[in-house]
Amino acid sequence: MSALLEFDQVSQSYGDTRVVDAMSFQLADGEIGCLLGSSGCGKTTVLRCIAGFEPVESGEVRLAGEVLSRAGYARAAHERRIGMVFQDYALFPHLSVSANVGFGLRKLARAERERRVAELLELVGLATYGDAYPHELSGGQQQRVSLARALAPRPRLILLDEPFSSLDVDLRERLSREVRDILKREGMTAILVTHDQHEAFAMADKVGVMQGGRLLQWATPYALYHQPATRFVADFIGQGVFVPATIMAPNCVKLEIGEFCGLTPNGFTVGETVDVLLRPDDVQHDDASPLTARVESKVFRGSAFHYTLTLPSGQRVLAEVPSHHNHAIGEPIGIRLEMDHLIAFHRGA
Amino acid sequence: MKPMLLAALVAAISGSAFAEEVVVYSSRGEQLIKPILDAYKKETGVDVKLVSDKEGPLMERLRAEGSNTPADILMTVDAGNLWQASNMGLLKAVNSPTLSANIPAHLRDPKNQWFGLSVRARTIFYNTQKVKPAQLSSYEDLADPKWKGRLCLRTSKKVYNQSLVAMFLAEHGPVKTERIVKGWMDNLATDVFSDDTKMLEAIGAGQCDVGIANTYYYGRLMKKSPNLPIGIFWANQDGKGVHVNISGAGVTRYAKNEKGAIKLLEWLSSPKAQSLYADVDMEFPANPKVKPAAEVAAWGPFKSSLINVANAGTRQAQAVMLMDRVGYK
Amino acid sequence: MQSSVLRWRAVAALISLATVIPLAVILASIGSPDAAIWSHLLEYQLPGLLTNTLWLVLGVGAGVFVVGVPLAWLVSVYDFPGRRFFAWALMLPLAVPAYVMAFSQLGLFEFTGPIQTWLRDTWGDSSWVPSIRSTGGVVAVLTLAFYPYVYLLARNAFSTMGRRALEVGQSLGLSRSQGFWRVALPMARPWIIGGVTLALMETLADFGAVAILNYDTFTNAIYKAWFSFFSLDTAKQLASLLVTLVFVLVWLEQRARGRRAYGQTGRAAPLPRLPRLPLSGARAAGASLLAFAVFALAFVLPVGQLVWWAFSVWAEELNAELAAYVGRSLLLSLMAAALVAVVALALSYAARRDKRPATRLIARLATLGYAVPGTVLAVGVFVPVAWFDNWLIARFGAALPEGTTAVLKGTLVVMLLAYTARFLAVGHSALDAAMHRITPSQEEAARMLGYSGWRLAARLHLPLLTGGMLTAMLMVFVDVMKEMPITLMTRPFDWDTLAVRIFNLTAEGQWDRAALPSIAIVLAGLLPVILLSRQKEPA
Repeated sequence: MSALLEFDQVSQSYGDTRVVDAMSFQLADGEIGCLLGSSGCGKTTVLRCIAGFEPVESGEVRLAGEVLSRAGYARAAHERRIGMVFQDYALFPHLSVSANVGFGLRKLARAERERRVAELLELVGLATYGDAYPHELSGGQQQRVSLARALAPRPRLILLDEPFSSLDVDLRERLSREVRDILKREGMTAILVTHDQHEAFAMADKVGVMQGGRLLQWATPYALYHQPATRFVADFIGQGVFVPATIMAPNCVKLEIGEFCGLTPNGFTVGETVDVLLRPDDVQHDDASPLTARVESKVFRGSAFHYTLTLPSGQRVLAEVPSHHNHAIGEPIGIRLEMDHLIAFHRGA
Repeated sequence: MKPMLLAALVAAISGSAFAEEVVVYSSRGEQLIKPILDAYKKETGVDVKLVSDKEGPLMERLRAEGSNTPADILMTVDAGNLWQASNMGLLKAVNSPTLSANIPAHLRDPKNQWFGLSVRARTIFYNTQKVKPAQLSSYEDLADPKWKGRLCLRTSKKVYNQSLVAMFLAEHGPVKTERIVKGWMDNLATDVFSDDTKMLEAIGAGQCDVGIANTYYYGRLMKKSPNLPIGIFWANQDGKGVHVNISGAGVTRYAKNEKGAIKLLEWLSSPKAQSLYADVDMEFPANPKVKPAAEVAAWGPFKSSLINVANAGTRQAQAVMLMDRVGYK
Repeated sequence: MQSSVLRWRAVAALISLATVIPLAVILASIGSPDAAIWSHLLEYQLPGLLTNTLWLVLGVGAGVFVVGVPLAWLVSVYDFPGRRFFAWALMLPLAVPAYVMAFSQLGLFEFTGPIQTWLRDTWGDSSWVPSIRSTGGVVAVLTLAFYPYVYLLARNAFSTMGRRALEVGQSLGLSRSQGFWRVALPMARPWIIGGVTLALMETLADFGAVAILNYDTFTNAIYKAWFSFFSLDTAKQLASLLVTLVFVLVWLEQRARGRRAYGQTGRAAPLPRLPRLPLSGARAAGASLLAFAVFALAFVLPVGQLVWWAFSVWAEELNAELAAYVGRSLLLSLMAAALVAVVALALSYAARRDKRPATRLIARLATLGYAVPGTVLAVGVFVPVAWFDNWLIARFGAALPEGTTAVLKGTLVVMLLAYTARFLAVGHSALDAAMHRITPSQEEAARMLGYSGWRLAARLHLPLLTGGMLTAMLMVFVDVMKEMPITLMTRPFDWDTLAVRIFNLTAEGQWDRAALPSIAIVLAGLLPVILLSRQKEPA
């Protein structure tokens, strides 16, 4: 599978601040990518560079082999055939829903345009709303209109800038699945920018974690979760705490709550003290276990409890426990280690 | 309602004045009239209060106030305006031998409701580099095709021109008057001007060769730029004479201080006040016993029309309609 | 709840009386037309005047659009040399009264003015220069005087959504220029139309500037009926037609908007402001040049002409009296600004509390005074006040001091009432916009916390409306500073202001002597205009 979008060693600054720093990643045709990071990490700037709203200082942005941007050159944004869904939807308040969706189709004949608009409204489930005005729709509906508008001209790539940030959490999850389905059905290649990891995981085939203008890791959600490349990524993705551990053998570590041996050598020297990331699902509740920890606090999550536990050493760990195990705060419970992947870093790394 | 309380309130708002005062509603330029009224106050101790506005709003104000008007005197330029005020019943007749003696009959209302206090002559001006005085004769002559593209006029909206045409109506009747004004329109060098000064400047700059204006504008302009090539020509000296109009005043119908108002008018017609009154704006005194200022006298003597200026009022509406008809803007 | 809604409707009704009574006085004239005057006007005047007025409205409408919108677009979306300066400097002509703009531009550009004189001295001919006393000249002068209204409002719209509109367009395959026409412009429509409407209302009500340039418009017929035919009734009938026309225009525009809404959709958090697009080379030079040309024509040249005149007359005009005029103008403008802002606040709060059509109609009526020529409105105010005074004196004359002729007449109260009638529209539009930004949920939240009635207004609305109040006050301040006919008609004895002084001098064509008070008006207006400009441009 060849790359459709190539983001190659791109840098960009505002004044003296470097907001994108020699960043590279690729996206294959039909893939959905996601840039994940907290606000100010440069993810929106990347999107704007791809869209052609910002020039690039160095490096290249290529789409299907064609250079879109490089230092001193930028293909005009409107010639790139890249669609965009804006954070605030940016629907045209003075146009009806149909007119909004058909806005980018002015080169089509009238009948053809109407057919395409109808098709898209059908696709986003708003077939009966063509004559409504944007302010008459709910937030989620507006969001879908904005997606339909971006899809209508059949862009080569679609960019989604924090598309769900102004929706309720509830709606956000449902809509992100819907949007993914729609994009996949249309065979669309897309890049999403968000600070919400759930959104990223629900939508994307590939996720990139960004910090300070750098791309720390570009991988599948599974790999990001289980094989984070840096301590920051490990910390940023999912929940967990770092606990000290000692390297016992090239492929084994010893923690306060048990030992773990992976399949591959981990590259640490024997005897070295490392930090191991313990995810809540790495710590299992087991009444039979000799090792106990005291319940410090708990959060009910429906199917499970998230317990914060204190080990005898005073070290805190998190544990996800099926919700029929309802323990009181202060109560000691038995736990054991149940790890699949070792995530460990040099101390202070 | 508690009358005492209301009275106290009113006194607090309006302020009660015990010194004698005369209230003047005036449409004259305040800077022209104020110094003279100040002189009166200095001489007599009577406080003169002045309200300036355009003629229309002032008359409407008098009408709305009715018998409760504070105004004792209405002072305006142009007999047409005064005639209108009298016609609207805003003025009252005054029998004052002093005024009758000081102001010639053709410069005051036949019913003695208003009196001219200064005389303004509206005559012909020309560019001295382009026109010989011998080529000029009368206002009517400016309608002759020989002046085609050479004449400048002020807008017909100004009452001075309305009165001038009204006086033509009195002298020539409607048919001939319309022909004259039409002739002027055909001779215009450029769109009509919104004021006399600008028109005189246009003559000086050579945009046009001749025009009609009031003399005091000429006096003021030449004082400021003495080198402009503009000459004054006394019109219609072989006929009825130069068209004159007045600035004047009358006592209001419901004057609270009628005596004081008459006194002020009499003082204004006296030789001493007359020279002040006329000189401050380079006009001619209405009182024939008083000589105009030296700079005004320097323009030479002239014969002025003796048709009563009240005619400007009776025929004003007719004049305006005539000018509208021939497209005099 | 019910009774408090009624109370607010009563407040709205009371406020609207300030405008409705003068309008009623004007409209009451409809009954008895003077046949002779009307037939003359219909035959010889109105056809030409209506054509002239139509050209003027079309010309100024197009003019303020063509000048105001591109400048607003340039300064809010692009960056070019001098942008920061021009962003507020382009507002400054708002401080120049239209009549001052007219006589100053006339002084500059006509045959005897310095420009044509120089052309003649240098090239021997200036006859090719078009006359400023023409349709084109009047349109140009009024455009320069009124374009800031469009500029201000359009900039307000573009600075919040201009660049975003471009990007949306680009993402849908529109070039920047297509994006401007197809996206940014339609989205800014209500703001642009609001600005053009203000400019056109000023144009329709203007008498000073058109009189100076001797251009006959509909107002001219009003004045001709009054001052030449001495038929105030005919004047009022003509004014009624004008008011009706404006009302219909406003109504048509609202209808044309239909169900469209122009506020932001969605519940998005405030957007980060996008940086302006830098222009370079010829484009940057072109933008700077355009902004400079408009600034020079609309402000530097006319004010320069005033300063030039002032040099020759300052010795006789710069005196204690001038200081007194300045003091009175400032005092009046400040009082009127505060009063109008408070009244406009009450009006828009009332309309918010009671959303029924009756109250909305009342609010609309209350803001109609802006379209009535000042002199006619002044009569509309003066007549009922004089009537009221006469009634008081007739009824309670015995209790009043001997010789009382006035109770309200000639007091500042009447002036302020008249200003309110005239400028309520200006204050109301600013406050209403701010009021609309307060969401119902904010009100509900405050109610849940136990606030209601006055405490709710004081703790929630007032703090959120300070910006709108300030805008309203600044705009009214500048307008009252420039206002002439109402001031002339209703001011107390011996209580001249700068505008009155200018009237007194220009009535006799002494333009040069009017320069100093004109400069004083411009200077007094500068600070509010700059503040206004700063306030409308979020940092």
